[in-house]
Amino acid sequence: MTASAASPDALREEALAALSEATDEPALERWRAGWLGRQDGRVTLLLRAVREQPPEQRAAFGQAANAVKQTLEAALAERQESLKQAALKALSTTAALDVTLPGRPQAIGRLHPVTQTLRDCIKAFQEMGFRVAEGPEVEWSAYNFDAMRSPEDHPARDMWDTIWVDTLLNGERKMLLRTHTSPNQARVMERTPEPPVRVIVPGKCYRQEATDATHEWMLTQIEGLAVDEGVRMSDLKGVLYEFARKMFGQDRKVIFHHSYFPFVEPGVEMAMDCFICRGSGAECRTCHGTGWIEILGAGMVHPEIIENAGYDSSKVTGFAFGLGVERVALLRWGIEDIRHFYANDLRFLGQF
Amino acid sequence: MKLLLSWLREFVDVDLPVPELARRLIDATAEVEGWETIGAGWDPERIRVAQVVAVEPHPNADRLRLATVETGSGLQQVVCGAPNIAAGQKVAFATEGAVLIDGHTGETAKLKLRPIRGVESAGMVLSEKELGLSDSHEGILVLPDDAVVGRPLVEQLGDVLFDISTWANRADLLGVLGLAREVSALVSRPLREPSTEYSEAGPPTESLASVTVQDPDLCPRFMVSVIQDVTLGPSPAWMQERLLRHGMRPINNVVDITNYVMIETGQPLHAFDYDLVRGKQLIARRAVPGEKLVTLDGVEREFDGQMVLVCDGEGPVSVAGVMGGGNSEVSESTRTILLEAANWVPGNIRRTSMYLKLRSEASLRFEKGLGPEMAEFALKRALHLFEQLTGGTVSRGVIDVYPGKRPPRTIILPAARIEQVLGYAIGPDEVRRILSDLGFLCHHLPPDRYSVQPPYWRPDVLIADDLIEDVARIHGYDKLPATKLRGSLPEPEPRPVEDLRERVRDLAVGLGFQEIITYSLTEKQKLERVVAPGDVRRMAPLSVVNPVAARHTYLRTSLRAGLLETYAANRRQHDGPLRMFEVGQEFLPVEADLPHERKVFCALAGGTREARWAKAGDDRLDFFDAKGAAEAVLGALGVPGTFAAANEFGLLEGHTARVASGKQPVGVVAQVHPDTAAAFDIDEPVFMVELWLEDLVRVLPERPAYLAPSRFPEMRHDLALLIDTATPAVRLVDIVRSHRSGTVRITADIFDEYRGRGVPEGKKSLAVAVRYQAEDRTLTDEEVARIETGLLKRLEKELGAVRR
Ligand SMILES: [Zn+2]
Repeated sequence: MTASAASPDALREEALAALSEATDEPALERWRAGWLGRQDGRVTLLLRAVREQPPEQRAAFGQAANAVKQTLEAALAERQESLKQAALKALSTTAALDVTLPGRPQAIGRLHPVTQTLRDCIKAFQEMGFRVAEGPEVEWSAYNFDAMRSPEDHPARDMWDTIWVDTLLNGERKMLLRTHTSPNQARVMERTPEPPVRVIVPGKCYRQEATDATHEWMLTQIEGLAVDEGVRMSDLKGVLYEFARKMFGQDRKVIFHHSYFPFVEPGVEMAMDCFICRGSGAECRTCHGTGWIEILGAGMVHPEIIENAGYDSSKVTGFAFGLGVERVALLRWGIEDIRHFYANDLRFLGQF
Repeated sequence: MKLLLSWLREFVDVDLPVPELARRLIDATAEVEGWETIGAGWDPERIRVAQVVAVEPHPNADRLRLATVETGSGLQQVVCGAPNIAAGQKVAFATEGAVLIDGHTGETAKLKLRPIRGVESAGMVLSEKELGLSDSHEGILVLPDDAVVGRPLVEQLGDVLFDISTWANRADLLGVLGLAREVSALVSRPLREPSTEYSEAGPPTESLASVTVQDPDLCPRFMVSVIQDVTLGPSPAWMQERLLRHGMRPINNVVDITNYVMIETGQPLHAFDYDLVRGKQLIARRAVPGEKLVTLDGVEREFDGQMVLVCDGEGPVSVAGVMGGGNSEVSESTRTILLEAANWVPGNIRRTSMYLKLRSEASLRFEKGLGPEMAEFALKRALHLFEQLTGGTVSRGVIDVYPGKRPPRTIILPAARIEQVLGYAIGPDEVRRILSDLGFLCHHLPPDRYSVQPPYWRPDVLIADDLIEDVARIHGYDKLPATKLRGSLPEPEPRPVEDLRERVRDLAVGLGFQEIITYSLTEKQKLERVVAPGDVRRMAPLSVVNPVAARHTYLRTSLRAGLLETYAANRRQHDGPLRMFEVGQEFLPVEADLPHERKVFCALAGGTREARWAKAGDDRLDFFDAKGAAEAVLGALGVPGTFAAANEFGLLEGHTARVASGKQPVGVVAQVHPDTAAAFDIDEPVFMVELWLEDLVRVLPERPAYLAPSRFPEMRHDLALLIDTATPAVRLVDIVRSHRSGTVRITADIFDEYRGRGVPEGKKSLAVAVRYQAEDRTLTDEEVARIETGLLKRLEKELGAVRR
């Protein structure tokens, strides 16, 4: 019996029965090709067989054959849709993931915590109009000390244990690793013929010092300098207050107490209230129970330094401060040992 | 500097609680590092002053005695083993339950009374050790006669010992009196100076000794006095006690007085045995280079021509301002004292003590700058004590050679300057009050100036702003308002290299690299592993004289060593990929100038790629990962980079590319030579990117070249081309890019390289994605095919490339 011989109704029933047995996409495709394929699908052949029918039956046969085709196409579409739904259902059930398995590691880099802290500090001061400059790490003694009113044989030199570079110029040792960023006060003013000066100078400094949990021989400082007519010590307090609030929280308080640096007069140290215990912790590790944390040294630029810059110290005043960036980083993250910073253990660095 | 509260209270009435006093001192004067409460554990109920009324033998023990003591609330009998107990003594008496330190074990325990050899004891007469005052357990502590019977011992003997760090400009604060002056100003209470009264007798001092100051530029003042018929012996208990508390060992009454007066006033003194001073003369002069003296510590010192000595008629007897000589030391047989009170130029004393590595209590004070008038006060104070405590006779008059005498300084302080500097005004009454309390003579010159004479002990005060500091700190910085900076902003300075450095930092982080910061100082042998022997500058790094450790002696001339070290150290802790970078400075020596601090970016990568669980494989990072990172950085900066094979020291040949932009070399990408890596204990392939920021900035475009995205689709056609293995792939890419066909833009990206089966010997197959883009139309397949035919012809002609 040929396809053309089968009645449309019988063909339809046979096709639908076969469709119900196709349970996946390839089987459906095979079924489609077998029944509805353009070349030799059995329904296609059926439609071609219209011409073979006696003329009086052609119309009815044609109608019946078309109806079979439409029925089968609709059945196929329905079957495809239900299989798709079943597959989606399976994705959510049998193929559901254990979402507690770990994600695949991605390469992620981080800035060193000192860089992060340095940037945050710089940003805080830039928002207050401070420019940024840098200066050499290997420095002349003349800038590091003499220009900062700490000539040789001055007891203030005890404040900075110096690492000297092994070179002689005219028989004298003049080159050193800067012990602080303060020489840049002189350097910046030197290249600024007229005030205003409002600058911060970040950079590394070096001390001939034994290291322990709170001391490191290489350190990062930020020097601040504002020089102009009308710059007052109260402005210094305002700037540092703003800084403390930006770095350690809006409710910070700051106090000044007396200090001495040869290049400022008056000289102060700034402390802020302890943001960990808020002054209530006798056992507080951060402030040692004092309620206050020493942050930095500061003061009004000594008139002699203003004069050396070529400014008139009776009109022009200025303030300066020096901030230890590692100390800020230690405080903000509660790090217990400063030596972690330059040990570069990724188990440490990867946490920031 | 130590400070005993009881000593301070001799000079000023201060009843602030101790923490409050410490805080006020910190705020205004000096750093109080801490304090120790003496007698903190003494129970005021159970440990009190008592008086020994009678001492009798113990009926059952030869070495014990029975003492009857008046406790203030009745007589008590105690058993006592101390040999020094005697009737009439004031003693410390403890009753049952008092917490004491056991004289034998040194442990703290509550006193439990029990009969001793059959005799009840009502309490215990205490030794210094039992009170924690010292280790002395030889005998009982005998209190001064004026001790009040029945008074809690803590009130009688309790004290507070502050540990104070003073600032480098305040020699006067290295004396109790100086600190008392500060406290007096802080609490607005009057200062009581100690007595300097004494009587003179015997011959004039000038007939007994003479003084010559040969180098007045280094010795502003030299005073001496002579004390005859001194009875050498121990100094009184109260003096010894105070010296011990201040860290000085009591020696004898003469030496103790000089030390005591130094602690009290800040002015060091020196006592010579008069009979050992040859020629009875003292000469202050520069040393003859090579001159020697054995100092009091028994060490022979040799001097240079800048150091000042005090000499007698025959030679050196003291290193001026630093330490006396052994040849004129006061001893048991001393009968007559030649007492020196001098003033020395601070810088010179500091230099001498540094060069001799001999920093004494005296030199620490002189180097900070003592006022020359302090010598006179201290000398008189010492003479008062000599008269009181040694039985000696003070000769008539003092010898006072005073070449450095200056009229008192007067500083004009304009009232407006206070507000100009501080930002707020302090009224004339308060200004005068503070300055007067600190010992300044202050006159208000209405309407708007002060005329101020600093006291002799304040040589640090030289200008108006020094006065403003004194006023501000005593007035209290808590009163300083916080204001906003006013005025105009300065011009910004361009910082192209620094700006680039920060961009590169961010890019490297974005590419998965961890920033590290290594020390700028390293070892020469580590630098030699990464620096080419022919690189003269980098092979001659600057060294430092006094490194913190030998491994931090040389200023690095390359970042590579530090990174490799860090890589190796972290490899011990981590499997998987390591990616790290540092942005730092090479210190390249420059003749007779500061080194060139060359800013460099250096990164390392190596190890297996990120572990991909559920996907097998141990795919390693390789050269092309490093190169990809370099390309990504350059691409993000808008710098067109070229890579050419290169050969460099420490890097693996055939795996090294010099990075350039145009003619400007900007860095290198390479596999670190396995031998170099091995020298740093790295036994895996490790890849490096180095970018030279100062070179890179020269080719950095101000802004990236912008091309509007086309509205028309791009056509992509992949080709597989065979070329000679020796031909760099980049030539193929360059030819494609340079190919022109009307307005059609053509680019090529190589996405695979293949050699082996199916590819003829000596050839490699490159898979290239060629993209065609017209700005004004959608290209047709025919058009693309036509352009491709032309392109393939050209590739064949110029490179011998054929389709595979
Ligand atoms: Zn705290």
